[in-house]
Amino acid sequence: MAHIRLDNVTKKFGLHAAVDGLTLDIADGEFFVLLGPTGAGKTTTLRLIAGLEKPDDGKIEIADQDVHQWSASERDVALVFQYYSLYPRYTVRQNLAFPLKSNARNCSQAEIDERIARAAKTLRIGHLLERKTDRLSGGEMQRVSIGRAIVREPRAFLMDEPLSNLDAKLRESLRAELKELQMKLKSTFLFVTHDQIEAMSMGDKVGILNEGKIVQVGTPYEIYNKPKNIFVASFVGSPSINLMPAELANGHVTALSGKLKIVAPRSKTNGAVTIGIRSEDITVGPKEQVAAHIHDVENHGVEKIVTLRVDDQFFKATAPSSLELKIDGTVKFSFNPDKLHFFDAASGASRA
Amino acid sequence: MAVVTSSRKKAFNRVAIVSILLITLIFLSPLYWIGTTAFKPRSLATTVPPTVLFQPEITPFIKLLTKRVQLTKAYDPAIYAASPWYEQRIYDGGERILRVGPNIQLSQYPNRFMNSLIIAIISTIIAVSMGTITAYGFSRFKMAGEADLLFFVLSTRMLPPIVVAIPMYLMYRVVGLNDTHIGLIILYTAFNLSFSVWLMKGFMDEIPKEYEEAALVDGYTRLQAFFKIVLPEAVTGIAATAVFCFITAWNEYAFALMMTNRRAQTAPPFIPSQIGSGLTDWTVIASGTFLFLLPVAIFTFALRKHLLRGVTFGAIRK
Repeated sequence: MAHIRLDNVTKKFGLHAAVDGLTLDIADGEFFVLLGPTGAGKTTTLRLIAGLEKPDDGKIEIADQDVHQWSASERDVALVFQYYSLYPRYTVRQNLAFPLKSNARNCSQAEIDERIARAAKTLRIGHLLERKTDRLSGGEMQRVSIGRAIVREPRAFLMDEPLSNLDAKLRESLRAELKELQMKLKSTFLFVTHDQIEAMSMGDKVGILNEGKIVQVGTPYEIYNKPKNIFVASFVGSPSINLMPAELANGHVTALSGKLKIVAPRSKTNGAVTIGIRSEDITVGPKEQVAAHIHDVENHGVEKIVTLRVDDQFFKATAPSSLELKIDGTVKFSFNPDKLHFFDAASGASRA
Repeated sequence: MAVVTSSRKKAFNRVAIVSILLITLIFLSPLYWIGTTAFKPRSLATTVPPTVLFQPEITPFIKLLTKRVQLTKAYDPAIYAASPWYEQRIYDGGERILRVGPNIQLSQYPNRFMNSLIIAIISTIIAVSMGTITAYGFSRFKMAGEADLLFFVLSTRMLPPIVVAIPMYLMYRVVGLNDTHIGLIILYTAFNLSFSVWLMKGFMDEIPKEYEEAALVDGYTRLQAFFKIVLPEAVTGIAATAVFCFITAWNEYAFALMMTNRRAQTAPPFIPSQIGSGLTDWTVIASGTFLFLLPVAIFTFALRKHLLRGVTFGAIRK
């Protein structure tokens, strides 16, 4: 178990900085999720911590020790990969024993057996131990990968999108299992993903990464409700946040070519802004404020996601599934003024 | 493939199969000649048209492996009866096997065959292991001028070997590598190395680097990861490369002819040297060639499981 700190770390591949002055603080025993789009530098960050890449600049500390000179094998962190994580030709048991047989650990056979038994029980893979890895399903493979990390009892677990190759059902159940496992082991987890649902549901803390830089670090609640800028706001949440240009003047917000006028909840400087509102903060019903054209309706069972159109502006609202909505019909809606996000029209930074 | 095939397509398929069979027959005919002549009595070796049905005998092999002299005395039934069966065969042909005291004198063929084996095996081992390590380096690490270096490695193969034969001969004579095993081993290793590097690079690129990285993170050094994880995965590639290198070294003729004459002479230049002047015993030549074909056939057959995957190179991808 350990505390991981990255201080102004930069890693360049050619001229392109994959990680650019990254500073990150992961507390001991924390489930930290690094979330970002493809190419944001998530995997590179992970590989830098694991010791598979050397930073061009900056400092990496594991348990308050500068690990710059340490090789991957000395850092004592476990890495779970997205693909190819198991050694082929080996059985599951041999795979689990492999890290324990290294000179770095030098476990006795009795201890190896005991640790494997314990990990197999935790992950419910006991019946697979004698099987060759090419005869495992995707979910079983990833369980064994995680098992190979667990048996080591490492100082930290690094996971590089371990669930992204699995089908939706399995992903969901493994997500819960992983979270449970982390709480049981009380270890430091650094989990990398591009899937915002994974990030929000598993992370104690979420760090949003874009173009090699940390944009925002916070609890899932903070990330969702107080996004620092338009990038964070639109990256997190499904359906994604509705953004539209608006005008702030004299304590009022005017949007949708003047059709929508709301009292601004707090004092804001006047001028052009971009407002953001999540679909669940838009109320749809016969008694609401403004009329809109119904462009599309998606039935999600518990609720409906309805795409509304006012002039040329499209936006999505959540409606109760009991509400009768017809495509190409008309419906009224209103925005919850307390849940409105204000962003600078030019820079995209939050104006809250 | 559609289940229903048009009759025209069927006809085309038949023609194609027949043509392939014909071409195969033409290609195999020299092999057939060697395979049959090696077991023919001398009198049938050069008949026109060739004899197809005959009583196979192993006299050519006895002749191949022993030193013989012409009989100078008249046929002696007592000597004949006292000789073992293989000497009787030779005696029938008007020759006798040379003996020093009680020991049968062997011809030079076994010795040349051993030279071929030693030189081909050692140079293959060196070329393949050096190629494997070099290819691993090229495949896994970034280095300045990587593409140029790889091209340079390949460029050693661009000159026809015979062009450098004379300068090589002169250089070898100066350093005393002429007619030595080590000289030919160096030569064949150098010749096969570029091929081995390029072939192995392709196989190395196919092995996901995540395997070793997992091993590195799991507490192993780069070298341990290479031996424990990469090498077992590269077996197919190593087998394919080894077969190709072995065949090249085994069959090489021009350099062997020029660089060796006695001590380190390999089988390829030795066999034709037996044709000589005057009467040529083609059955002996054929039996020598026949034995010479065996190691490659055995080696290739032993590795066939790997080869099947190996020759498809990058065709099987995940």
